[in-house]
Order: sequence, then structure tokens, then C-alpha cells
Amino acid sequence: MTAGVDLGVPATQAIRSDEDVVRVRQLVRTTAVAVRLSLVDQTKLVTAASELARNTLIYGGGGSAEVSTVSDGRRRGVRIVFADQGPGIPDLDLALTDGYTTGGGLGLGLSGARRLVDDFDIRTAVGEGTTITVTKWSR
Amino acid sequence: MERVPILKIGDILLVSIQVDMSDQTAVQLQEDLAERIVATGCHGVIIDITALDIVDSFVGRMLSTIASISKVLDAETVVVGMRPAVAITLVELGLSLNGIRTALNVERGMELIAASRTDDWDEAPGDEDAETTATP
Repeated sequence: MTAGVDLGVPATQAIRSDEDVVRVRQLVRTTAVAVRLSLVDQTKLVTAASELARNTLIYGGGGSAEVSTVSDGRRRGVRIVFADQGPGIPDLDLALTDGYTTGGGLGLGLSGARRLVDDFDIRTAVGEGTTITVTKWSR
Repeated sequence: MERVPILKIGDILLVSIQVDMSDQTAVQLQEDLAERIVATGCHGVIIDITALDIVDSFVGRMLSTIASISKVLDAETVVVGMRPAVAITLVELGLSLNGIRTALNVERGMELIAASRTDDWDEAPGDEDAETTATP
């Protein structure tokens, strides 16, 4: 379980279309600026969010992203929960491997996104869906 | 859906991406560019990404694809204006922009395209002038 206390009301963005992926990026960017992540960390988090939102749309058949600001007492951060009720991921280790793809992409979405954030948690069940929680902390 | 405009300046097509592109907009740009290269006979494409605050794997792949398509259509692609934070993130993401030439700004990009066209001439078989000028 990832540490941290929620601050304020999380904002939720549905992910049903291409345009929603753009909206997720914008929401994450605004939140990252608000908690004063460095420019590089903002860029990394927004990029990770873009990859994961696209996964939610393409592989999960759509879902949502819930963006909130969190604190562990010392630092503030941005937490995003991507949730879908799609087919789930049968082989998680394989899905997290660089270059592995079932969707004709580059296979960097999941593995790349994991490298770009500080905390990465994935829960998936075949036939039930996938929930990915990521957090980026200020330094 | 938004569309990214393509400008023709001399022998070069200039694309300055000013919007946060949806995936569909990116694919459309790919197709529009291929058509414009053929229609104009331009030998250079400059893609200015100064305004992009992220390049994810989808946009990265689009840039690589555009470079490959334009090469087949006898045009050179140079991506210019990448922000430092974007470069750092791209490398960490694991994305190598295969086959893409980069320059820091539009001006250098144009120089690069001009230079590579001259090189092509110099390397042409039977061009003896090129060999003599190569020796200092």
C-alpha cells in the first residue's frame, strides 16, 4: 500500500475517448504545478499519465483517472488512480517488460510509466479490470 | 478534431505543433504531411516541438514514422525545439527516436537540411570537384 494522506477533494476525469486522454494530461499538469513539482518532475508525471490513460482507453476499454494531492508529512505529491473494468492483464510480469505489446504500440507504456513515477502499484484480475496507482513526490 | 497546419517556406515544409494533440490529430498530421511532401516536392520537413510540454510514446512513434515516410518520399525530417525536460523524460521512458535528426532550433534545422542536400550532390558519382575540395 502506498503511503500518504489525501489533501482536498480528488478530481475525476472519465476516459472514454482520445480527447479525454488530453484532458487527463491537462488535469495532471495543473495539479502538478499546484503542488510545485519541478519542471522535470511535472513533465515525467504528465508523460506517465498520458501513457496510462491511453492504456486505460485502449486495453481497458475506457475507465477513469482520479487525480489528488497527497502529503506524507514531509513532502507533497500528486497521486493518480487509473481504473478500468476491462479484461485485466493475464501475465503482469510480461506486461511490465520493455517492448512487450499486444496493441501494436511500442510496448513502453506500462514499463516506461513505472520508471517515470516514484510509487507504482498495479492490481489486476482477469475479467474484472485493472487499477493502477502512481504517485510523484516533490523533492 | 484539431488539425496541425503545415507551412511551405521555399523548399521546406514547416510544422509547428502548438496544441496538445490527441492521438487522432497526430495520425492526421502524419497523413497530411505525406500528401504535402508529394504535392509540393519539398525536400525538407521541419517539425517544431518547442510548444510541446511532453512527448509520450505515441507522439514519439509518430515523429519516427514521419521521418521514415518522408525519407521514402525523398525528404529529410528534422525535429527542432525539444525542451530539456522533454529530452530527459524521453530517455527515461526508454524511447529512442530512431532515424530522427534533431536540431536546437528552426534556423539550425534549415541549415542541417541545406547541408544534407549539398552532401548528396557531393557524393554523387563522377563528381571530382567534391574530392578535390575535400582535401585541405
